[in-house]
Amino acid sequence: MNLLVFYILAILAAGSAIMVVTMKNIFHSALFLVLTFFSVAGIYVLLNAEFLAAVQVLIYVGAITILMIFAIMLTHQLFSRSLRQVNEQVIPASLITFIFFVLSVVALAKTAWPVSGGQLPEDRIFEIGKLLMSEYVIPFEVVSVVLLVALVGAIIIGRREKSGDTK
Amino acid sequence: MNEPALLHFLILGAILFACGIFGLLTRRNAIGILMSIELMFNAAAVNFVAFAKYVAPQAMAGQIFAVFIITVAAAEAAVGLAIVMLLYRNFKGIEVDKINFMKW
Repeated sequence: MNLLVFYILAILAAGSAIMVVTMKNIFHSALFLVLTFFSVAGIYVLLNAEFLAAVQVLIYVGAITILMIFAIMLTHQLFSRSLRQVNEQVIPASLITFIFFVLSVVALAKTAWPVSGGQLPEDRIFEIGKLLMSEYVIPFEVVSVVLLVALVGAIIIGRREKSGDTK
Repeated sequence: MNEPALLHFLILGAILFACGIFGLLTRRNAIGILMSIELMFNAAAVNFVAFAKYVAPQAMAGQIFAVFIITVAAAEAAVGLAIVMLLYRNFKGIEVDKINFMKW
Protein backbone atom coordinates (compact mmCIF):
# COMPACT_ATOMS: atom_id res chain seq x y z
CA MET A 1 0.00 0.00 0.00
CA ASN A 2 2.72 2.44 1.02
CA LEU A 3 4.75 1.34 -1.98
CA LEU A 4 1.88 2.25 -4.30
CA VAL A 5 1.56 5.70 -2.68
CA PHE A 6 5.31 6.13 -2.99
CA TYR A 7 5.29 5.30 -6.69
CA ILE A 8 2.44 7.72 -7.39
CA LEU A 9 4.18 10.55 -5.50
CA ALA A 10 7.57 9.75 -6.99
CA ILE A 11 6.27 9.70 -10.56
CA LEU A 12 4.45 12.97 -9.91
CA ALA A 13 7.57 14.57 -8.43
CA ALA A 14 9.97 13.29 -11.08
CA GLY A 15 7.62 14.02 -13.97
CA SER A 16 6.92 17.57 -12.88
CA ALA A 17 10.63 18.13 -12.14
CA ILE A 18 11.37 17.14 -15.74
CA MET A 19 8.64 19.52 -16.91
CA VAL A 20 10.21 22.31 -14.81
CA VAL A 21 13.48 22.07 -16.69
CA THR A 22 12.07 21.44 -20.17
CA MET A 23 9.05 23.77 -20.44
CA LYS A 24 9.27 26.51 -23.07
CA ASN A 25 7.36 29.03 -20.97
CA ILE A 26 9.08 29.92 -17.72
CA PHE A 27 5.74 30.66 -16.04
CA HIS A 28 4.58 27.09 -16.68
CA SER A 29 7.86 25.90 -15.17
CA ALA A 30 7.01 27.80 -12.00
CA LEU A 31 3.60 26.12 -11.83
CA PHE A 32 5.16 22.68 -12.28
CA LEU A 33 7.64 23.58 -9.54
CA VAL A 34 4.64 23.95 -7.19
CA LEU A 35 3.52 20.44 -8.14
CA THR A 36 7.01 19.07 -7.49
CA PHE A 37 7.13 20.68 -4.05
CA PHE A 38 3.71 19.29 -3.15
CA SER A 39 4.75 15.78 -4.16
CA VAL A 40 7.95 16.07 -2.15
CA ALA A 41 5.81 17.13 0.82
CA GLY A 42 3.84 13.90 0.32
CA ILE A 43 7.13 11.97 0.27
CA TYR A 44 8.01 13.59 3.62
CA VAL A 45 4.72 12.41 5.11
CA LEU A 46 5.55 8.92 3.86
CA LEU A 47 8.92 9.21 5.63
CA ASN A 48 7.26 10.15 8.95
CA ALA A 49 8.40 13.78 8.74
CA GLU A 50 5.09 15.56 9.20
CA PHE A 51 6.68 18.77 10.46
CA LEU A 52 8.89 18.98 7.39
CA ALA A 53 5.93 18.36 5.11
CA ALA A 54 4.10 21.30 6.68
CA VAL A 55 7.21 23.49 6.47
CA GLN A 56 7.73 22.44 2.86
CA VAL A 57 4.22 23.51 1.89
CA LEU A 58 4.46 26.76 3.87
CA ILE A 59 7.91 27.90 2.74
CA TYR A 60 8.43 26.35 -0.68
CA VAL A 61 4.90 26.45 -2.05
CA GLY A 62 3.73 29.46 -0.12
CA ALA A 63 6.78 31.69 -0.22
CA ILE A 64 9.54 30.71 -2.62
CA THR A 65 7.35 29.85 -5.60
CA ILE A 66 5.25 32.96 -5.12
CA LEU A 67 8.45 35.01 -4.99
CA MET A 68 9.61 33.37 -8.23
CA ILE A 69 6.28 34.08 -9.94
CA PHE A 70 6.55 37.68 -8.76
CA ALA A 71 10.02 37.93 -10.26
CA ILE A 72 8.84 36.37 -13.54
CA MET A 73 5.94 38.81 -13.75
CA LEU A 74 8.23 41.76 -13.01
CA THR A 75 11.05 40.88 -15.36
CA HIS A 76 9.72 38.88 -18.20
CA GLN A 77 7.61 39.76 -21.17
CA LEU A 78 5.34 36.85 -20.45
CA PHE A 79 3.60 36.72 -23.78
CA SER A 80 6.59 37.04 -26.03
CA ARG A 81 7.04 33.37 -26.83
CA SER A 82 9.79 34.01 -29.33
CA LEU A 83 12.29 34.20 -26.47
CA ARG A 84 14.51 31.15 -26.47
CA GLN A 85 14.69 29.58 -23.00
CA VAL A 86 17.56 27.16 -23.45
CA ASN A 87 21.10 27.77 -24.60
CA GLU A 88 22.93 25.83 -27.28
CA GLN A 89 24.37 23.25 -24.85
CA VAL A 90 21.32 21.01 -24.57
CA ILE A 91 22.96 17.92 -26.03
CA PRO A 92 26.18 17.96 -23.93
CA ALA A 93 24.12 18.89 -20.87
CA SER A 94 21.74 15.98 -21.32
CA LEU A 95 24.72 13.68 -21.85
CA ILE A 96 26.35 14.92 -18.63
CA THR A 97 23.09 14.61 -16.73
CA PHE A 98 22.52 11.08 -18.00
CA ILE A 99 26.05 9.98 -17.09
CA PHE A 100 25.71 11.55 -13.64
CA PHE A 101 22.36 9.85 -13.08
CA VAL A 102 23.55 6.41 -14.16
CA LEU A 103 26.72 6.67 -12.08
CA SER A 104 24.89 7.81 -8.97
CA VAL A 105 22.23 5.10 -9.28
CA VAL A 106 24.94 2.45 -9.66
CA ALA A 107 26.80 3.87 -6.67
CA LEU A 108 23.62 4.02 -4.57
CA ALA A 109 22.63 0.48 -5.48
CA LYS A 110 26.08 -0.98 -4.80
CA THR A 111 26.56 0.65 -1.41
CA ALA A 112 25.56 -1.42 1.59
CA TRP A 113 23.67 1.13 3.70
CA PRO A 114 23.75 0.46 7.44
CA VAL A 115 19.98 0.27 7.70
CA SER A 116 18.92 0.03 11.33
CA GLY A 117 15.67 -1.55 12.38
CA GLY A 118 14.87 1.19 14.86
CA GLN A 119 11.87 3.47 14.81
CA LEU A 120 11.64 7.24 14.79
CA PRO A 121 10.54 8.67 18.15
CA GLU A 122 6.82 8.61 18.82
CA ASP A 123 6.36 12.38 19.23
CA ARG A 124 8.52 13.65 16.40
CA ILE A 125 7.57 17.32 16.30
CA PHE A 126 8.19 17.61 20.04
CA GLU A 127 11.53 15.87 19.54
CA ILE A 128 12.56 18.28 16.74
CA GLY A 129 11.76 21.27 18.93
CA LYS A 130 13.71 19.83 21.84
CA LEU A 131 16.75 19.03 19.68
CA LEU A 132 16.74 22.47 18.04
CA MET A 133 16.88 24.09 21.46
CA SER A 134 19.47 21.76 22.99
CA GLU A 135 21.85 19.78 20.82
CA TYR A 136 21.54 21.85 17.65
CA VAL A 137 21.20 25.26 19.23
CA ILE A 138 24.38 26.67 17.63
CA PRO A 139 23.42 25.75 14.03
CA PHE A 140 19.97 27.07 14.81
CA GLU A 141 21.36 30.45 15.89
CA VAL A 142 23.78 30.55 12.94
CA VAL A 143 20.95 29.89 10.52
CA SER A 144 18.92 32.69 12.04
CA VAL A 145 21.88 35.04 11.50
CA VAL A 146 22.11 33.77 7.91
CA LEU A 147 18.44 34.62 7.40
CA LEU A 148 18.93 38.11 8.84
CA VAL A 149 21.98 38.75 6.66
CA ALA A 150 20.12 37.47 3.58
CA LEU A 151 17.21 39.77 4.39
CA VAL A 152 19.46 42.82 4.75
CA GLY A 153 21.45 41.83 1.68
CA ALA A 154 18.35 41.40 -0.45
CA ILE A 155 17.13 44.86 0.57
CA ILE A 156 20.52 46.46 -0.13
CA ILE A 157 20.86 44.74 -3.51
CA GLY A 158 17.31 45.44 -4.58
CA ARG A 159 17.32 49.11 -3.53
CA ARG A 160 17.26 51.65 -6.32
CA GLU A 161 20.54 53.54 -6.16
CA LYS A 162 20.39 57.29 -6.24
CA SER A 163 23.39 58.42 -8.19
CA GLY A 164 25.48 60.86 -6.19
CA ASP A 165 23.13 62.41 -3.68
CA THR A 166 23.40 61.33 -0.08
CA LYS A 167 19.78 61.65 0.91
CA MET B 1 7.50 -6.35 0.69
CA ASN B 2 4.93 -3.62 0.66
CA GLU B 3 7.02 -0.85 2.13
CA PRO B 4 9.32 1.38 0.06
CA ALA B 5 12.96 0.79 0.94
CA LEU B 6 15.75 3.30 1.44
CA LEU B 7 17.00 2.85 -2.12
CA HIS B 8 13.66 4.00 -3.58
CA PHE B 9 13.97 7.37 -1.88
CA LEU B 10 17.63 7.74 -2.77
CA ILE B 11 16.89 7.12 -6.44
CA LEU B 12 14.06 9.67 -6.33
CA GLY B 13 16.57 12.14 -4.89
CA ALA B 14 19.01 11.31 -7.68
CA ILE B 15 16.30 11.92 -10.31
CA LEU B 16 15.42 15.30 -8.81
CA PHE B 17 19.09 16.25 -8.56
CA ALA B 18 19.73 15.22 -12.17
CA CYS B 19 16.79 17.38 -13.31
CA GLY B 20 18.30 20.26 -11.35
CA ILE B 21 21.69 19.80 -13.02
CA PHE B 22 20.10 19.67 -16.46
CA GLY B 23 18.14 22.87 -15.85
CA LEU B 24 21.18 24.58 -14.40
CA LEU B 25 23.24 23.78 -17.49
CA THR B 26 20.66 24.60 -20.14
CA ARG B 27 18.49 27.48 -18.90
CA ARG B 28 19.16 30.94 -20.27
CA ASN B 29 16.78 32.64 -17.89
CA ALA B 30 18.25 33.45 -14.47
CA ILE B 31 14.95 32.60 -12.75
CA GLY B 32 15.01 29.18 -14.44
CA ILE B 33 18.46 28.61 -12.97
CA LEU B 34 17.18 29.52 -9.50
CA MET B 35 14.32 27.03 -9.93
CA SER B 36 16.82 24.30 -10.83
CA ILE B 37 18.82 25.10 -7.72
CA GLU B 38 15.65 24.76 -5.63
CA LEU B 39 15.09 21.33 -7.18
CA MET B 40 18.59 20.30 -6.13
CA PHE B 41 18.01 21.55 -2.58
CA ASN B 42 14.87 19.45 -2.46
CA ALA B 43 16.74 16.37 -3.67
CA ALA B 44 19.28 16.78 -0.88
CA ALA B 45 16.52 17.25 1.69
CA VAL B 46 14.72 14.09 0.52
CA ASN B 47 17.96 12.15 0.99
CA PHE B 48 18.45 13.59 4.49
CA VAL B 49 14.93 12.68 5.57
CA ALA B 50 15.22 9.18 4.09
CA PHE B 51 18.45 8.60 6.00
CA ALA B 52 16.80 9.96 9.14
CA LYS B 53 14.14 7.29 8.89
CA TYR B 54 16.18 4.30 7.77
CA VAL B 55 19.75 4.72 9.04
CA ALA B 56 19.68 6.70 12.29
CA PRO B 57 16.08 6.97 13.45
CA GLN B 58 16.77 7.71 17.11
CA ALA B 59 19.04 10.73 16.52
CA MET B 60 16.66 12.48 14.07
CA ALA B 61 19.61 14.53 12.81
CA GLY B 62 18.44 14.15 9.21
CA GLN B 63 15.14 15.89 9.85
CA ILE B 64 16.84 18.71 11.75
CA PHE B 65 19.26 19.30 8.90
CA ALA B 66 16.41 19.23 6.39
CA VAL B 67 14.94 22.15 8.35
CA PHE B 68 18.25 23.98 7.96
CA ILE B 69 18.31 23.18 4.23
CA ILE B 70 14.86 24.71 3.79
CA THR B 71 15.95 27.83 5.68
CA VAL B 72 19.09 28.25 3.59
CA ALA B 73 17.05 27.69 0.42
CA ALA B 74 14.70 30.48 1.45
CA ALA B 75 17.63 32.85 2.06
CA GLU B 76 19.17 31.85 -1.27
CA ALA B 77 15.93 32.49 -3.13
CA ALA B 78 15.54 35.94 -1.55
CA VAL B 79 19.08 37.07 -2.42
CA GLY B 80 18.99 35.40 -5.84
CA LEU B 81 15.77 37.10 -6.85
CA ALA B 82 17.09 40.46 -5.61
CA ILE B 83 20.10 39.96 -7.90
CA VAL B 84 17.76 39.03 -10.76
CA MET B 85 15.80 42.24 -10.29
CA LEU B 86 19.03 44.25 -10.25
CA LEU B 87 20.22 42.55 -13.45
CA TYR B 88 16.91 43.32 -15.11
CA ARG B 89 17.18 46.95 -14.12
CA ASN B 90 20.72 47.30 -15.46
CA PHE B 91 20.63 45.07 -18.55
CA LYS B 92 16.93 45.10 -19.54
CA GLY B 93 16.95 41.33 -19.59
CA ILE B 94 17.85 38.31 -17.48
CA GLU B 95 19.34 36.02 -20.13
CA VAL B 96 22.54 34.90 -18.47
CA ASP B 97 24.45 34.41 -21.72
CA LYS B 98 24.07 38.11 -22.49
CA ILE B 99 25.38 39.19 -19.10
CA ASN B 100 29.10 38.64 -19.48
CA PHE B 101 30.67 42.00 -18.79
CA MET B 102 32.92 40.46 -16.11
CA LYS B 103 34.22 37.86 -18.54
CA TRP B 104 37.83 38.40 -19.45
